[in-house]
Amino acid sequence: MEHYLNLAVRSIFLENMALAFFLGMCSFLACSKKVETAIGLGVAVVFVQVLTVPLNNLILHGLLTEGALAWLHPSLAKIDLNFLAFILFISTIAAATQVVEMAVDRFAPKLYATLGVFLPLIAVNCVILAGSLFMQERDYTFAESVVYGIGSGVGWMLAIIALAGVREKLVYSNVPLGLRGLGITFITAGLMAIGFMIFSGIQL
Amino acid sequence: MADTGVMGRAERGAFLEPVLTNNPIGVQVLGICSALAVTTRLDKALVMGLGVIVVTAFANLAVSLVRNYTPNNVRIIMQLAIIASLVIMVDQFLKAYLFEISLELSVFVGLIITNCIVMGRAEGYAMQNPPWISFLDGLGNGLGYTLVLLATALVRELLGAGKIFGLTLLPLVTDGGWYLPNGLMLLAPSAMFIIALLVWALRTWKPELQEKD
Repeated sequence: MEHYLNLAVRSIFLENMALAFFLGMCSFLACSKKVETAIGLGVAVVFVQVLTVPLNNLILHGLLTEGALAWLHPSLAKIDLNFLAFILFISTIAAATQVVEMAVDRFAPKLYATLGVFLPLIAVNCVILAGSLFMQERDYTFAESVVYGIGSGVGWMLAIIALAGVREKLVYSNVPLGLRGLGITFITAGLMAIGFMIFSGIQL
Repeated sequence: MADTGVMGRAERGAFLEPVLTNNPIGVQVLGICSALAVTTRLDKALVMGLGVIVVTAFANLAVSLVRNYTPNNVRIIMQLAIIASLVIMVDQFLKAYLFEISLELSVFVGLIITNCIVMGRAEGYAMQNPPWISFLDGLGNGLGYTLVLLATALVRELLGAGKIFGLTLLPLVTDGGWYLPNGLMLLAPSAMFIIALLVWALRTWKPELQEKD
């Protein structure tokens, strides 16, 4: 249990997808003008992340790693399909986003109205693909991948909501013309990243 | 040079524009994710940049070749399939010939798939334009991206470790030299600041790019 708690804390704070690895920056910068949209996008990312990381974990261990196909026929035990990981991961993600979109539309139309625009965009968000790639690189088990999916999604959501909060207040300050918009957002995110570095070294 | 043919005015424009005046990172704000993470050293940035050039150029070429046979509602999946296959090739190539750098780039090679520049150019340019000019547009955008990457990495490696491409330029205090390295430059947030300064410089030079509100 402690191991999983530790992994969750690490993926939320220490290895924050947005502020430690700078992933999902495009939407991180583009959709953080208002707290409301930031929350919508954040929830959508958590949603898809929790679904795709464990799913990709199953695909990786059930189909791609060396010896995974042995259940089909003993002669297939030597096949190593790891190089197909990218294309399978991205297809899973695209498909999962589609399914999530339809499910949310059917069962929670209110949530769909808020998330609507963001859901399809998420298929090409680096955070989602990075979650699965880190899972592959670090050899997570299925249970670990569930925890990591939740943690990395929540961490990204926290970061974008915090940035949106700062940007809403930033409207009142007099920023040099050339820095307005993109430039100052970069600097804000950089300062936030330095702030997040105080978490490094925390271990439960 | 002639204004028509293989390298006419339109072709030159498609190739040169994204390098400076319409830089994907500085102006269109695409593909910043990887720009920040791989720029601690010049060699990493160079390899990453080359990977992106190859993928963007050939993805544009391939997408443009099949653009008239692609039903509109499956185009995203088709683009993703093309891009993912190209990235797999780049990744396998790096693993075979530049194993050490590929270890350090780790997941970021795979993340070229979701790099907005590649997707953005395929969707926004190659879907409407013929193959050759799309290919040049891809090359140009990849090159523009690589330039920003190299500029950022140059500052970070020089100020953070006193080196350029691993060659010592500013001898460090720890090695008996005089330069006290700026540790911040090796940490991820510094890339944010450097790109912000780049954007600031670019927008002071070209005021029409400034955001009004």
